[in-house]
Amino acid sequence: MNWLLGGGFTGSVLSFLYPVLRFVNPPAVPEASVNEVNAGKVAELKPNSAKMVKFGARPALLIRVNETEWRAFSAICTHLNCTVQFHEAKHQIWCACHNGLYDLNGQVVSGPPPKPLEEFAVHIRGEEIVIARRA
Amino acid sequence: MPAAETKTRVANWLEERLGLAAVRELMAHKTVPVHSSSLWYYFGGITLFLFGIQVATGMLLMLYYRATTTEAYESVQFIMTRVEFGWLIRSIHSWAANLMIFTAFVHMFSVVFLHSYRRPREMTWWSGIVLLGLAMAFGFSGYLLPWNKVSYFATKVGADVASSIPWMGQALGRFLRGGEDVAGATLTRFFAFHVVILPATTIFLLLFHLVLVQKHGMSTPPWIGVNGARQMPFFPNFFLRELMAWYGALALLGVLAALVPWELGEKADPFAPAPAGIRPEWYFLAEFYTLKLIPNHVLGIEGELMGIFGFALLALWWVLLPLWAVNRNGMIRVRLVTGIGVLLMAYLITFSLLGYFL
Amino acid sequence: MKLLLAVWAALGIGLAAKDTCLDCHSVLDGKLQAPAAAFAGDVHAKRGFHCSDCHGGDPNAEDPQQSMSRAKGYLGKAPRTAIPKVCARCHSDANLIHKFRPQQRVDQLALYQTSVHGKRLAAGDNKVATCIDCHSVHDIRETRDAQSPVHPLRLPSTCARCHASKQHMASYKIPTSQFQDYQTSVHWEALAKRRDLSAPSCATCHGNHGATPPEVSSVAAVCGTCHVLFEDLFNKSPHQPVFAAAGQASCIVCHSNHAIHKPSTAMLAGDASVCAPCHDKESEGGKASAEMAGLIRRLDASLEKSDRILERARSSGMEVSEALLRQTEAKEHLVKARVAVHAFNPAQLRKPVEEGLAIASQTYSSGEQALVERDRRRLFMVVSVTMIFLTLAGLWWTIRRIEQNRSVIP
Repeated sequence: MNWLLGGGFTGSVLSFLYPVLRFVNPPAVPEASVNEVNAGKVAELKPNSAKMVKFGARPALLIRVNETEWRAFSAICTHLNCTVQFHEAKHQIWCACHNGLYDLNGQVVSGPPPKPLEEFAVHIRGEEIVIARRA
Repeated sequence: MPAAETKTRVANWLEERLGLAAVRELMAHKTVPVHSSSLWYYFGGITLFLFGIQVATGMLLMLYYRATTTEAYESVQFIMTRVEFGWLIRSIHSWAANLMIFTAFVHMFSVVFLHSYRRPREMTWWSGIVLLGLAMAFGFSGYLLPWNKVSYFATKVGADVASSIPWMGQALGRFLRGGEDVAGATLTRFFAFHVVILPATTIFLLLFHLVLVQKHGMSTPPWIGVNGARQMPFFPNFFLRELMAWYGALALLGVLAALVPWELGEKADPFAPAPAGIRPEWYFLAEFYTLKLIPNHVLGIEGELMGIFGFALLALWWVLLPLWAVNRNGMIRVRLVTGIGVLLMAYLITFSLLGYFL
Repeated sequence: MKLLLAVWAALGIGLAAKDTCLDCHSVLDGKLQAPAAAFAGDVHAKRGFHCSDCHGGDPNAEDPQQSMSRAKGYLGKAPRTAIPKVCARCHSDANLIHKFRPQQRVDQLALYQTSVHGKRLAAGDNKVATCIDCHSVHDIRETRDAQSPVHPLRLPSTCARCHASKQHMASYKIPTSQFQDYQTSVHWEALAKRRDLSAPSCATCHGNHGATPPEVSSVAAVCGTCHVLFEDLFNKSPHQPVFAAAGQASCIVCHSNHAIHKPSTAMLAGDASVCAPCHDKESEGGKASAEMAGLIRRLDASLEKSDRILERARSSGMEVSEALLRQTEAKEHLVKARVAVHAFNPAQLRKPVEEGLAIASQTYSSGEQALVERDRRRLFMVVSVTMIFLTLAGLWWTIRRIEQNRSVIP
């Protein structure tokens, strides 16, 4: 009967140690980065154009206003959570769902949105564009 | 050199430096009384074991947890999804925390009903009460750390209750929150309480508690008498049984963690309205529900204040149990204490249930 | 002009610090007291205006004969047909209004004169709404004041006071069901239940001071002020010229006017189809509408299937928040497909539907993976717990063996 105790004990201790060892092992994605996201290269975006960037699990809108000026906002309309887009002709941010308009500072110009879009900071590091949550 | 001789030499080497013989001697002579209520002797040990589980899983969680408002929720989510067996470690940490407080309560009430608090074990009782308070403080501070909606608002309510204490309440509330409102500063603070300040205090008191238990030995209920009970050797008889209890607790934790993993909920949003049905962890429910029942004003005093004042008196009176449990002749008032213990337990159970379901 | 000067004088010099109108009327009873009592909450009172600014007379005179004498310009209760002009004395005067509110418009009277209310009033009908019927009188509040009868949340019931009254509307021969219909609409739900103050109420489509029903030809433009994409697609669609030629009011043909309900595929296919009155089932149009309904239903069903499996995974404790977020992305494609219906060409729906379906199948497999992972966890737990029970059995046996040899100490 000693093998029962010995076997069971060894087996159970192994079943405790295995998860611990796997836990300590760093996962493939080293961390949950939510404060910064790489938004591509400067050359990819012409002046007066914009693109969608995934910020964590939500969309963000990166706008190149002109040669030197960049803006980034959460792309979720504050009215009913539709995804907003950059309206090149109007030079404004537009939500197609109920015709909400925001200016290039994220402030509401017209339509139903109750509050401005959340703005992100844009950092240019050499050729790389990085969008970061504002503190 | 033959094996037996090597063994002796190693044993001697160790003996000279550590003096293990004294420990072995102690172990050999330590006994545990055997009677119809012996079962309750195991609960202190189980609580101790669960505390060990908390220390171990807590250390593991610290490898990935980050105590900032922008990262706390995400890092716990990261543990639950990306880190291998992260779900297991976190679920065990949460479940064991609740089980530990439960077994601590069982341990306390068994001490009351077996009247083990009596002379000369008053200090053991007091250190035990403080340990229970520390366990609840662990729970309160740990609850906030995932920074989810429910815990955020529960902490807000808890801190507000603390703030309504007269004279020192404002200062206490500010001290708890690290400011005027539950925010990032609160999280940093609660993290420090949870992983440094409380553990350090607990270890010290726990050692004190255990040394006292060791010094006085196991208490026998007054109706059996010191010489009336048969004894069981602590080692290995009692120890192996305790080990069985520990293993049983482990199995229970494993089943709970796999079948009912601890939920993470939604991330806290300080600007969102408080969700309906905010309630604290179950071990604060009885107090929470009582405060809810007290009318706004009692005899011209604010109801909540009355409640807190009442709880403080009750707690003080409970702490002083070893003193008022003895009559003038030095005899234990067995029936009085048992009756009050039953009343208190009935109050805690019914009000917790009411608080949970209403 | 004389009165205007009196107003100026009152504002500038503060002559009217004394107000015998309020002094007397606040101690009179019933009908005579009511205006004085209500006036405390009035925006005009807060800006320093007095009874006499609208009613004329002399608020400094102690003697009622004096203060309410025609000689002092006392007007008394203005006849209903004169009310708009009384208000407009100040509200059409940019110089005066801008002292208080630099951005306030001053064209209310001009607009009112274009409205059905204004035209009828000019023709001598004094049953129609004037300023005070909507804005109330003596306790007039700013529009954004939640107690104002024209606050967005209260506007519909204010209009309904007359427009839902069969008796009041009898002589005009117009329906009285608008408010009731509106209360079943999505717009009412957004306004009253979600408290979305930007949701359309009566004035959003009909105008406020210039209240008029939109003409048949302008309905699409009215709806299009918010529903831009729908208007665009509709105007390019084959329906536009046909409806215009037939004198049909575009959007309203399918969605009705006041009782605008949440659209569903039942509008496209089946017995309740709004296409059916014109398009036979077997016709090209009938087939197209059935195809569009089919596409939307397919995406809807597979999204729901993914929702269900993710919910199952979530409720058994698995973390699937990322897949749930992907689901919201897929649901946006469903919205796009629904918008595309207004081109009335099934080809336009295919792209959003296919994109949505692709995501839905990904999220479904994330759900499946989560359930597999759940079972893997349970298996691991069973192995571990078995080991624990073996150890427990071993321990129990060891205890038995020890205690057989040497039982408890007596």
